[in-house]
Amino acid sequence: MDRDPTVCVMGEDVGHYGGSYKVTKDLANKYGDLRVLDTPIAENSFTGMGIGAAMTGLRPVVEGMNMGFLLLAFNQISNNCGMLHYTSGGQFKIPIVIRGPGGVGRQLGAEHSQRLESYFQSIPGIQMVACSTPYNAKGLMKAAIRSENPVILFEHVLLYNLKERIPDEEYVLNLEEAEMVRPGEHVTILTYSRMRYHVMQAAKTLVNKGYDPEVIDIRSLKPFDLHTIGNSVKKTHRVLIVEECMRTGGIGASLTAAITENFHDYLDAPIVCLSSQDVPTPYAGTLENWTVVQPAQIVTAVEQLCQ
Amino acid sequence: MDFPGGKVRFTSEMEFISGNSETRVPCFRVLDQYGRLLNNVDFEQVSEEAAVKIYANMVTLQMMDVILYEAQRQGRISFYLTSMGEEAINIASAAALSDDDVVLPQYREHGVLLWRGFTMQEFANQLMGNRFDYGKGRQMPIHYGSNKHNYVTISSPIATQLPQAVGIAYSLKMDKKNACAVTYIGDGGTSEGDFHAGLNFAAVTESPVLFICRNNGWAISTHISEQFRSDGVVVKGRAYGIPSIRVDGNDALAVYTAVKRAREIAIEKHTPILIEAMTYRVGHHSTSDDSTKYRPINEIEYWKTARNPVSKFRNWVESNGWWSDEAEAELRTRVRKQLLQAIQNAEKTEKPPLRELFADVYDVPPANLQDQEAELREAIKRHLEDYPSDVPV
Repeated sequence: MDRDPTVCVMGEDVGHYGGSYKVTKDLANKYGDLRVLDTPIAENSFTGMGIGAAMTGLRPVVEGMNMGFLLLAFNQISNNCGMLHYTSGGQFKIPIVIRGPGGVGRQLGAEHSQRLESYFQSIPGIQMVACSTPYNAKGLMKAAIRSENPVILFEHVLLYNLKERIPDEEYVLNLEEAEMVRPGEHVTILTYSRMRYHVMQAAKTLVNKGYDPEVIDIRSLKPFDLHTIGNSVKKTHRVLIVEECMRTGGIGASLTAAITENFHDYLDAPIVCLSSQDVPTPYAGTLENWTVVQPAQIVTAVEQLCQ
Repeated sequence: MDFPGGKVRFTSEMEFISGNSETRVPCFRVLDQYGRLLNNVDFEQVSEEAAVKIYANMVTLQMMDVILYEAQRQGRISFYLTSMGEEAINIASAAALSDDDVVLPQYREHGVLLWRGFTMQEFANQLMGNRFDYGKGRQMPIHYGSNKHNYVTISSPIATQLPQAVGIAYSLKMDKKNACAVTYIGDGGTSEGDFHAGLNFAAVTESPVLFICRNNGWAISTHISEQFRSDGVVVKGRAYGIPSIRVDGNDALAVYTAVKRAREIAIEKHTPILIEAMTYRVGHHSTSDDSTKYRPINEIEYWKTARNPVSKFRNWVESNGWWSDEAEAELRTRVRKQLLQAIQNAEKTEKPPLRELFADVYDVPPANLQDQEAELREAIKRHLEDYPSDVPV
């Protein structure tokens, strides 16, 4: 916002309240009420407003208080955000960033625990990235804001408290690149967002058991970084996908298809995909834990895959 | 301490405010039914030159609609919809705006684009989806868009343009431009959620937006009595704290006056304004509709003849000595010739090349789209005989 006066923020309670997860804290004090705009409660409409503003030269960052609420904005995101650059013959561009907290938290109930990446992934014209560390959150946010395309940036409710040393100097990450978290030889584990941490926890156990997993945080959900993923598959010949999306129609389902189509010859075993159950996320803590993938399941899956 | 929201007077009268006032909001008009200037009217004067330009554009719009509708019937274009009966709203509102005002149309406002200088050829190119179409053949007919004319590409879902107009006005306000956003909607569109939130947002953000509602009585086959139970659309402005007015949409001078003044207020005072233009949809909803199935033919005929906005305005223009039968004949001949020529040219022009199927989805085609294009080109090479001849590869 400092570097580019056209960058502005809009969403519910993003101003003086600083956002439901304090992502926009103090921005209103620094940049004023106009550049950090508190909106009335109508997701379809403030997303539409962001699209209009983007068409006339601003670079809005639209916040969904919880990503799940952006289902109300699906019309604007699909029909206008994704399509207008194309249908206008390239005359109108939409350099908008739509972001917010999503994913399964701690007992937030079904409507506050959704994974919208699976619903949005088919929309032509948008890009999707998921951040998972303070380092990649900053780099991807900057990249998303500077991109000429509409980008949906998925943050996770349980990852806001992470602390990490990040560079003082400016850096911007590549929106379409996956991140090599842990190089290895035996199996390629593809993951993103919060599940990265479950995977890394499982990795510790696996290393103790003598396995050497390669962990890649795919980061770019649309399009997939098939270059990095492909190189890994060609090396390890085994793939495990660990995601928080539901089993049906999730990112994992699309990724499985993409890898099978492109790297079938390099696979020694069928791709295994661990996803959340196809149920609305329950409120009860124990039930909630069992809807998402746990480290123990990841360990078992790798062991079976490497037999 | 007062309730949040401020001081309010208390009362001991237990009474419900009625859903509708006893009298309806009156409708502003300058000309009577026959095009004669009413007495003591406060209206924006137009010069002879301006009046003739407005009238000529209304005639051109009317002719465009008739000829292009016929072209669809002949199978030369796939789809068309007319603005018949709403020529005054289209042209007079456009005339009252500046070229810097950004227009977000619904889909029955091609007259606004016509006023701003879109040529017959440019219209025909879009309808045929040929390689000169600014939309590159990607949108269906009527869904015009032109950034150089500040006319945002039309998107079919109803009312989505209203919150976008607020965003544009917000952007203009941030840049302190002497311009506003102008968005159009029909009576049916006011039922969409985006109408309510758009008006509410515009009011709260104090954005210079003109919301022009063409209340033409019909949303395809849904009459307004089945659309809402309020006194039309004008009363809804009050609910959002927005100044509003009801005008005779078939009176070019009334529309011109209301829009011109609304624009000045909107920009100076940073406020949205709601204008309800009363009119009648003379044509069918589109070429996919036959409105005689749900409304009486004599009703359509009445509005087409006795309440025709084009002939009404012609009477006024002629009464000032600024028009004649000769001028009319000359204009109609010229427009007809231009239009038929434009249609012919557009038909003969190639379609956009294959590359345009994959371009502009993003700023630069990503790997998966490049792959898909390569695959498609392969498939075409293998089956060249099945590939259409008017689409360059």
